[in-house]
Amino acid sequence: MNAHDASPGTDHGSPTLSPLGYPTNLFAGKETFEGVNETIGSVVLRDRQPRPWWIGFIIAFMLLMVLFLAISWLLIRGVGIWGINIPVAWGYAIVNFVWWIGIAHAGTFISAILLLMFQHWRTAINRFSEAMTLFAIACAGMFPLLHLGRPWVFYWILPYPDTMKMWPQFRSPLVWDVFAVGTYFTVSLLFWYLGLVPDLATVRDRARKKWQKIFYGVLALGWRNSAAHWQRHQIAYLLLAALATPLVLSVHSVVSLDFSVAQLPGWHSTIFPPYFVAGAIYSGFAMVITIVIPVRKIYRLENLITLRHFNNMANVMLVTGLIVAYGYFIEAFMSWYSGDIFDQYMMTNRVLGPYGWIFWLLMLVNVVIPQALWSARVRRNLVALFLVALSINLGMWLERFVIIITSLHRDFVPSSWGMFFPTIWDWATLFGSIGLFLTLLFLFIRFLPMIAISETRELVAEPQKAMTL
Amino acid sequence: MRAVQNNGRARPQGAPDGSARRPYHSSDEFPPGVSEWPNDLSRRDFLRLSAATVALAGFGACTKQPVEKIVPYVKETPEIVPGKPLYFSSATTFNGYAQGIIVKSREGRPIKIEGNPDHPASLGATTIWAQADLLDLYDPDRAQAVMRGENISTWNDFLRDLDVVLQAQQTGAGAGIRVLTEPFRSPTLSRQLQMLLQKFPQAKTHTWSPIAPNESQHTYDFSKAKVIVALDSDFLYMHPAALRHAHDFASTRRITENQMMSRLYVAEPTPTVTGSNADHRIAVAARDIRAIAEAIAQNGRVAPALDAWVRAGTQDLLANRGASVVIAGETQPPVVHDLVAKINEQLGNFGSTIINSPAGPTNHVDSLGQLVEEMKSGGVDLLVILAGNPVYNVPADIDFEGALKKVKLSVHHTLHANETSHLCHWLIPAAHFLESWSDGCAFDGSISIVQPLIQPLYANVSVHEVVGALIERPVRSAYEIVRETWQSRNPTPHFEDDWRRALSDGVFAAETSEPSSSLAGSVEQIANRKSQIEDSVEVLFRPDPSVLDGRYANNGWLQELPRPFTKLTWENAALISPALAAREKIDNGDVIELEFRGRKIKAPIWVQAGQAENSVTLHLGYGRTEVGRIGRHAGFNAYALRTSDALWFGDGMTIRKTGEKHSFAMTQQHHEMEGRDFLRTGTLAEFLAEPKRIAKAEEEPARDETLYEPNEYEHRGYAWGMVIDLGTCIGCNACTIACQAENNIPVVGKYQVARGREMHWIRVDTYSSGKREKPRFEHQPVPCMHCEHAPCELVCPVGATVHDNEGLNLQVYNRCIGTRYCSNNCPYKVRRFNFLELNNNLSPTEKLVKNPEVTVRCRGVMEKCTYCIQRINAARANAELEDRQIRDGEIIPACAQVCPSEAIVFGNIHDPNSRVSKLKRSPLNYGMLAELNTRPRTTYLAKMRNPNEALVISEL
Repeated sequence: MNAHDASPGTDHGSPTLSPLGYPTNLFAGKETFEGVNETIGSVVLRDRQPRPWWIGFIIAFMLLMVLFLAISWLLIRGVGIWGINIPVAWGYAIVNFVWWIGIAHAGTFISAILLLMFQHWRTAINRFSEAMTLFAIACAGMFPLLHLGRPWVFYWILPYPDTMKMWPQFRSPLVWDVFAVGTYFTVSLLFWYLGLVPDLATVRDRARKKWQKIFYGVLALGWRNSAAHWQRHQIAYLLLAALATPLVLSVHSVVSLDFSVAQLPGWHSTIFPPYFVAGAIYSGFAMVITIVIPVRKIYRLENLITLRHFNNMANVMLVTGLIVAYGYFIEAFMSWYSGDIFDQYMMTNRVLGPYGWIFWLLMLVNVVIPQALWSARVRRNLVALFLVALSINLGMWLERFVIIITSLHRDFVPSSWGMFFPTIWDWATLFGSIGLFLTLLFLFIRFLPMIAISETRELVAEPQKAMTL
Repeated sequence: MRAVQNNGRARPQGAPDGSARRPYHSSDEFPPGVSEWPNDLSRRDFLRLSAATVALAGFGACTKQPVEKIVPYVKETPEIVPGKPLYFSSATTFNGYAQGIIVKSREGRPIKIEGNPDHPASLGATTIWAQADLLDLYDPDRAQAVMRGENISTWNDFLRDLDVVLQAQQTGAGAGIRVLTEPFRSPTLSRQLQMLLQKFPQAKTHTWSPIAPNESQHTYDFSKAKVIVALDSDFLYMHPAALRHAHDFASTRRITENQMMSRLYVAEPTPTVTGSNADHRIAVAARDIRAIAEAIAQNGRVAPALDAWVRAGTQDLLANRGASVVIAGETQPPVVHDLVAKINEQLGNFGSTIINSPAGPTNHVDSLGQLVEEMKSGGVDLLVILAGNPVYNVPADIDFEGALKKVKLSVHHTLHANETSHLCHWLIPAAHFLESWSDGCAFDGSISIVQPLIQPLYANVSVHEVVGALIERPVRSAYEIVRETWQSRNPTPHFEDDWRRALSDGVFAAETSEPSSSLAGSVEQIANRKSQIEDSVEVLFRPDPSVLDGRYANNGWLQELPRPFTKLTWENAALISPALAAREKIDNGDVIELEFRGRKIKAPIWVQAGQAENSVTLHLGYGRTEVGRIGRHAGFNAYALRTSDALWFGDGMTIRKTGEKHSFAMTQQHHEMEGRDFLRTGTLAEFLAEPKRIAKAEEEPARDETLYEPNEYEHRGYAWGMVIDLGTCIGCNACTIACQAENNIPVVGKYQVARGREMHWIRVDTYSSGKREKPRFEHQPVPCMHCEHAPCELVCPVGATVHDNEGLNLQVYNRCIGTRYCSNNCPYKVRRFNFLELNNNLSPTEKLVKNPEVTVRCRGVMEKCTYCIQRINAARANAELEDRQIRDGEIIPACAQVCPSEAIVFGNIHDPNSRVSKLKRSPLNYGMLAELNTRPRTTYLAKMRNPNEALVISEL
């Protein structure tokens, strides 16, 4: 931990620039509106990108190519290239889907709910986490389509005017999923884009090259910074925040119904909606911390993203983590209390069966290790926090593995019991989706302002808000 | 083009008369001089020639294509209506014994084999092999052309070669001619061989089959048997009359007002289908069977360790004189059969439960041994091998392969090119029984004429034509030869009528002999041949439950059919008892080295509950080297250990752990019921005390326990339902393979089975309960339950699985997008998913086997049992044309039709008088997992056993 991390304003030198060109201390010197515009806006307009960006981008891009390879082979051969079978008809695709959807929860939570609650500390990370949300939904949304036996007719799941007068079957939770995820993606995209518009205009005004002028000009939608614009922008922004807030709760609730509605022991449980939402926020914050800690370090954003941010995020993780742990406990309790032999066997098998080691690993990484967050020293130690966040990322993925695969592999009739073994294509798709996520994130850093310029200007104008950081 | 080399052996690829046969002359295309550059060619000449070349090249496009006119039916063949099937009766054979079949033909191609209800060996059912024979017909790996060594030749070339030898043999009265057949019961073939022996008195015929019993069996009537004691006999499965036995046995297992259940005692070394149906089964080494037979013969007095079983069984037998059967397995030595015959005679069973007696034992090994000796001495000039594969399957101590090389001219007539044809001078591709005329004789002597349904697909020749070629010129067609046999026996004017009736009925009776017992000696003498009980490990050689002796090794349906107990597919394993496995510290998949009489093989083991402690079962028929694509690299060759003195079992095998591991592909990995009661069983005594307690059907939820309309699928028309009687299901798997044939179910291969992606729509689950050394086996066929509250329908996002108003749970392939949610929510896991495109690289003949009435499913869609909806709709069309209701029994799904014990009954449950309604009113009726409120339309009758009170306590 170095002195930069203590609080803003401790470094009294002239503004130093990070390799990306962001000032390491926005509020140190005599920062003006123009200064903010210059320092943040010029980053995306520069031709040459620094080495750390290139290294990260190339690695991410290679993983993305792995994904393209895996998808191509999948479309050529069919879902049989994965390890799924009967009885385990859902495998990594659905595990990954639920995992990514969970990750997508932090962005909206940070942006919308914290905005409505006037938590100004969100300013430093909101744009970033909103982008993360969008990219995580993109990753998540890909899986239900790819996992279809015939992905080319995915649109049959949508209610569209069909000459055969066929409609989706609305009793199926998969149809609800489409609406829930689709709505969430749309609202998140609008919310993110609306916040970007004033910044895009700033970048447009500073652009020198023709393509940049056109590119940012089109995206800025003719923003002229007028008071009328600002008034309507702020109203729309708040409205969208209000719209997005219930979605944080609804999306993962609906996703959890995919399981709750089925009668499979291990899925058929009423606790799933709240338990999934808590898990989603848990994993979302873990992913934000996992990404922000290295980004902050590499781009020297220590003064913008402070230890207080991490402390707050760690507290959210601790709370949601305890809800998730409670969910695990109640699941076990209810299966015993129900007196249902299928449910009881499901729990025994989950704990002691062939996939029992995954359950115990899950307990370790998702329940035991996060208890370290009770300690303020851990919450403020970025190395420790990073490791805990990684552990939770793994844990939340394992949780979905346990729910989906160990429930499916042994259900009612023992003759049908089987095992699921992932193939290389299962892994390629999982890591490939991480590649897609990171590639989009790097492109975002390169072409769009990673920190909200207009909101930073607000902080310059009203330093008391900044001091609440 | 050159014929493609395959394991050193030229094989015809594609059409036999196509490119493969035409010699390739590299010079044909370029006449001499064309490629040489003339010295005096000037620039002008060059240009002129170039122009001419280009112009001529253009003319090439004007090549006239051959005219191939297609002509529609001007006058339709009266019997062929497109879209309407035709049915022909014929017969298939098992170990030489005929079983009557009816073959369904669509637009001139056979697409399904069913049993002939009028045939005594079938009664409408078929074996798994009869079902699979259809696939063999269309097997692209079949022998397709007459082959001379490595080269494709012709039938006429073969006849020329043959004539030279036959001419030379005229002088020695055919002393150098030998014919090796498999056991056969074809009157025409035996007449032809007689004719051959008349023409060449010194010629000899020999018989060899690795799985044909030396002892021919009696004919039994199990429908009259109240007590059956089976000593190492799989009479319900591995027997020429198995279908009849299963039918008769099942009739004694149903409880009716005037009939109680029969009781079956089985002593056997390895679990068999018969053993799994026993009320009392003990696992004993094959060598100890004789001691048991002796003990029974002496009224249960001399009893080794198994006294309770023997005493109880003997008492039961004595209490049911004339209504009992003691049956010894075909693998048991003559002494046991003699003992058993004596016992049956004492019990007065001859004439009541035992109708017919055998023709007398034949010893195949001696016959084969003689032949091989003669071959080695160089005395065989012409060896004609009719079917079979002796190079592969003779006992390891008989060097058939070496002897075959000394034969001057060897001819192999075979359906598939195999290890033997590889070493023979000539390969004559055999016509499939669906392609040629023949005849056959069933276990009880009834005769069937085998009539062809299709022209030979390739240059195939009937066995009668091959033998005919040895006798006469010109060689007459099989039709003429077979017809002549029967005309000579019936030279009356109404022969033509009788012939037509025989063809249409598929069976006619022949002379039967009186029952008698043939004893080798008195009981005392037999008892003097004392058996020695040793502690050494015993090896058992058994035909594989699917591929038999290897003849079906290239049949995908059979390869993928799970073996009755292990549920293994695509290979064999050394079956080992749990006790022996514990002693040797080995487990499933460990590869062991087996040494027997100085020969060694390596085999992966499978620990099988119910296996006799010191017996290791090796299934024959695997480890084939010269075989088509399906059978390649499958299993190990157990023939390598088999010797002529231990054809079926022998002592003194040693096993050694190698440390290698092998992975199997099985369709069921868990054989315990985990205390769940989806498979309900009880005893006759429990049933009599309280009939409804066994099925516990009253525990099902009330009809209105649903959020939706409770009578959503109630409709006044038909309501299709099914009842499966677990009490009579013997677990033979015939339903699985019949369904595969009827519903175009693809074969997925070993790797995909290991991945859990087999496609069978109806599976037969096998569970073992009780102690591992003394398990009880239970079979449960599981098709789609057609739940009225189907969990699968609720979760499909596109409505691809829906209910129709007759209660069928339909799968709309066209609408399915493949989310597989339905399978996840199906508690029975009967849905099957096309994870990959499984119908892609089908050869043209493999496409012919598909049933045109059933959609061939593409990749990415879910499928499952439809209750054979195509058969429902065919019956509906007929009924509507005749303006009537569909009659009970008019619709028989493929699984029900093939079932030898009639354990599956289908029909309209709204009709209170239908068979299915009556069965559903049985106190034994229950719905599997009905407590989930699925309201299954397929229900089960609980399995009943009839244990002997005296033994129940000792078995606890």
